[in-house]
Amino acid sequence: MLQVILDILSVPAVLVGLVALVGLAVQKKKSAEVITGTIKTIMGFLVLSGGADLAVAALSHFGTMFQQGFGVQGIVPHNEAVVALALKEYGQQTALIMTFGMVANILIARFTKLKYIFLTGHHTLYMACMIAAIFIAAGITGVPLVIFGSILLGLTMAFFPAIAQPTMRKITGTDDVAFAHFGTVGYVLSAGVGKLVGKNSKSTEEMQFPQGLSFLRDTSVSVALVMGILYLVVAFASGRAFVEANLSDGQNFIVFALLKAITFAGGVYVILAGVRLILAEIIPAFKGIAERIVPEAKPALDCPVVFPYAPNAVLIGFLSSFLGGIIGMAILIALNAPVILPGVVPHFFCGATAGVFGNATGGKRGAFWGALAHGILITFLPVLLMPVLGDLGFANTTFSDADFGVVGILLGNVLKLFIR
Amino acid sequence: MKILVCCGSGLGSSFMIEMNIKKVLGELGVEAEVGHSDLSSAKAMQADVYVGTRDIASQLELLDGEVVSLNSMIDLAELKEKLSEVLRKKNLL
Repeated sequence: MLQVILDILSVPAVLVGLVALVGLAVQKKKSAEVITGTIKTIMGFLVLSGGADLAVAALSHFGTMFQQGFGVQGIVPHNEAVVALALKEYGQQTALIMTFGMVANILIARFTKLKYIFLTGHHTLYMACMIAAIFIAAGITGVPLVIFGSILLGLTMAFFPAIAQPTMRKITGTDDVAFAHFGTVGYVLSAGVGKLVGKNSKSTEEMQFPQGLSFLRDTSVSVALVMGILYLVVAFASGRAFVEANLSDGQNFIVFALLKAITFAGGVYVILAGVRLILAEIIPAFKGIAERIVPEAKPALDCPVVFPYAPNAVLIGFLSSFLGGIIGMAILIALNAPVILPGVVPHFFCGATAGVFGNATGGKRGAFWGALAHGILITFLPVLLMPVLGDLGFANTTFSDADFGVVGILLGNVLKLFIR
Repeated sequence: MKILVCCGSGLGSSFMIEMNIKKVLGELGVEAEVGHSDLSSAKAMQADVYVGTRDIASQLELLDGEVVSLNSMIDLAELKEKLSEVLRKKNLL
């Protein structure tokens, strides 16, 4: 009997379902809501792993073509893809660290001066997953993994909003709301660069900027488009003969490349649908409980919270960060290092946010140079992050946003110092 | 009556606005189904009202429904005012 219970609990999907169940019960929801919420959460986890299969299969062709064409490893940083892949291995540990990490966040907000509640649930999930992977790679498992992992997660959930807050006050004009997105180091960098270069520079919002690119806000479309270009480049680099003989089973190599790019975008779409289902019950419960225990805490929200304050800076930030990604990639190629390609999602969301932060401290010039610095930063961080990720470090994709890099590199190397 | 909140990837900010809308609807005493999604899915999901921040509202105008464009994600007063306006138009308030 005990074995059966342990078996059930070791299925990550069931584990997150139980978390949702407890969350719903604590909120005294009706039994129908408890049942549907629990089932949907479990389904979310299973949907997510289906999306992982799609995205990772498409990406492995990309990796093969890149290796053939350029002779080095090519990596597309993409949180959703790497997390979905990692959850197959570390799902149980991730679910536990996420749950107790949120508890730790509430306790830290209750008892310290870091009064922030981190409400960007997907980033909580991704950070929990990365922390699990790094601890496991360093040989720490079981109860210590969950305890240390949860404390670390709780600390990141309170610390990063705190360092963004000075600029957030400037952007929103209020101190009531905080910022929760694990790219904060990049945004703080951008704000710092903005301060340096932006003396007397006018705000991006005082200029006319073509809004024609706003269709790129549709994530699936922009992922498919940018990945389409990248797939075409590697398909040509590896050569028609190679692709058609080894990968596409005779299908024209251009058609093959474009279809794989769209398949990748489709896989990400499915992963996002899964993540949405997982979070649907857990986050409102977390928010409700946090508000009851720490009523004076500031809710910290996802990065688009700053977008309406400076729509021009959003587009300038994206373009400039992407340019930084291309410059960074060129440097990595020259150094013969693993090549980090400019992933569209990190440059879009994080680059855009870096643009808004840079604009807040240094206007137009701040938005441009700040986001450019951010783009270069998030190109180099993964190179140092991948070696501490264990088996996950050999995937064709990795964590993209700055804080994952910073936390992961610090954690991985500290563990190496003390454990090995 | 169905309200759909949209954002770039349909994970974070649309979810927060959804929770705020549910709070506002509770205060107004209006029953409605509220959901959130990414922009791609929004086209395939029928809703009476689409809500988004002003930087993506132009994408929502292409859909078949009322559009509420928010200047701020965090301003509950603005949300309540704009939502009430749409609800009055639909004779629900």
